[in-house]
Amino acid sequence: MDIIIMAMTSIGTLFILIAAVGLIRMPDFFLRLSVTIKAATLGLGFIMGGTALYFLEFSVTAKVTAIIFFLLITAPVSGHMIGRTAYFTGMKLWKGTILDELKGKYDRKTHSLTSDGDDPSERTPPVDEL
Amino acid sequence: MLNNYLLFGILPVLSISAILVFIRFLKGPYTLDRVVSLDFLINIGIGIIAIYSIVTDHSAFLDVAMILALIAFLGSIAFSYYLEQRGKR
Repeated sequence: MDIIIMAMTSIGTLFILIAAVGLIRMPDFFLRLSVTIKAATLGLGFIMGGTALYFLEFSVTAKVTAIIFFLLITAPVSGHMIGRTAYFTGMKLWKGTILDELKGKYDRKTHSLTSDGDDPSERTPPVDEL
Repeated sequence: MLNNYLLFGILPVLSISAILVFIRFLKGPYTLDRVVSLDFLINIGIGIIAIYSIVTDHSAFLDVAMILALIAFLGSIAFSYYLEQRGKR
């Protein structure tokens, strides 16, 4: 059992270390965001699995499952919010980026999305302005 | 065996990654870089708490980890929401 716990915590820690190195080394904000959120969630999942295997009690397993559930639910939501904010505030893309699929589809004034055919300037404003 | 491995093998690597993230937190050119770094720092803290609860054989530390997972989410959501509202109109 100890071998399994050591292997799981090692894999999780390795993923977290790779994410930290990527956060330092990546040239662009969006690449840094992409590296961080996914790798950190996977690494924490492995570490939490190792913790559950060490204790092997019902209460600990329930807590660990709750933590993994929170992480899996909240990480994509916060990643999407941060990326959306970065795109609106005019974050520059890396000079090697060859495809920007959102170019011209977001209205920079009202922050709403249009599809391919529409002209963003002729669109009616949204009803609720929050 | 397991305790020694976790104390001298796993926890230093997690500390090194926390230091690397903190470097990005200090020098990040934009505010959103700091938001992402803060989120990731709290995630590394959750991992350290989990490893520490194995080392000390107390499972009560995991409650703190669960609260921290929620706090990190609320923090990054609030930061990104208000930063987005600032650029609107």
